[in-house]
Amino acid sequence: MKVSVIKDILSANDEIALQNRQLLDKHGICVMNVMASPGGGKTSLILRTIDALRDRVRIAVVEGDIASTVDADRVAKKSVPVVQINTGGQCHLDAPMLRLALAKLPLADLDLVMIENVGNLICPVDFKLGENLNVMIASAPEGDDKPYKYPGIFIAVDAVVINKIDLLPYLRFDMPAFRKLILGMNPDVHIFEVSCETGQGTEDWAEWVAQQIQTKLK
Amino acid sequence: MHELSITQNILNIVNEHAQRAGAQRITIINLVVGELTGFIDDSIQFYFDMLSPGTLSEGAKLAIRRVPARIRCRACSEEFELRDFNWVCPQCSAIGGDVIQGREFLVESIEVE
Ligand SMILES: Nc1nc2c(ncn2[C@@H]2O[C@H](COP(=O)(O)OP(=O)(O)O)[C@@H](O)[C@H]2O)c(=O)[nH]1
Ligand SMILES: [Mg+2]
Ligand SMILES: [Zn+2]
Repeated sequence: MKVSVIKDILSANDEIALQNRQLLDKHGICVMNVMASPGGGKTSLILRTIDALRDRVRIAVVEGDIASTVDADRVAKKSVPVVQINTGGQCHLDAPMLRLALAKLPLADLDLVMIENVGNLICPVDFKLGENLNVMIASAPEGDDKPYKYPGIFIAVDAVVINKIDLLPYLRFDMPAFRKLILGMNPDVHIFEVSCETGQGTEDWAEWVAQQIQTKLK
Repeated sequence: MHELSITQNILNIVNEHAQRAGAQRITIINLVVGELTGFIDDSIQFYFDMLSPGTLSEGAKLAIRRVPARIRCRACSEEFELRDFNWVCPQCSAIGGDVIQGREFLVESIEVE
């Protein structure tokens, strides 16, 4: 006998993501999920964003890391609330983990929560957390062929931040072709070229984040 | 790899449906997996073999249907299948467009007895 099921395999996660979202909406908080390869510059971009916006936006950070607290320690130096989630080897954050993290944050006093997802371009894409914004960092040294290899993430994000542009003189990286390809795959995506090392482009990026907080929530 | 928790989800879903249908056991589990998701067949099978014994799913065959990615061109509305990650529209040569298929990840049906 055949039994029709038609049930999304991630529905259990999606339901909790929706609850997270409702909780965050209630507090008027914008949540940004930051994804990249290991070393792409997630922590660096989060630190730059804090520096640029801290005078006008109340920020907290959730650090997803397989084991260490190194990144959380870097963020804590900025004196913003930070919660560390150790995934215990899991390759991505999921909605139940974020729910635990949110319980430790002063939600009434926040405008923006930035989540550093686990360094990985595949797994985080499929797991909703309850975020408003999905952002991926593609650092220039990783090469301009990433969209071919990892299409899933490029089509899923609201913004692609091309990081480490200070290194472009030393790389073979076809920026116009890269931008054209990403825009083809994801016509609504916003693209930023930044260097978290020199700060170039990070103001424009932070301005966009500030705008998103305004338009999404106010 | 996250196929462990994923496979547990699959088992929860199918065992519950089988139980509701009053079945003794599940013989086939039909899954639909889009090409743009990050899920790997062999890995799901591996965890399935590990987790299914002792449940209604023990011995069931996992039938995974992969669905290709389909794109709708924003320039000319042509719908085309994504092959070799070539995002160029075969009709008008514009690059890419909106993804209309390829992100599925679901249990479609089960065969029970
Ligand atoms: N040259 C250069 N190095 C960078 C830039 N952004 C980050 N890095 C370096 O790349 C390494 C990894 O950065 P990090 O932010 O920890 O990456 P994460 O693993 O994605 O969090 C560190 O050594 C950073 O100093 C950049 O724009 N230019
Ligand atoms: Mg980091
Ligand atoms: Zn076309």
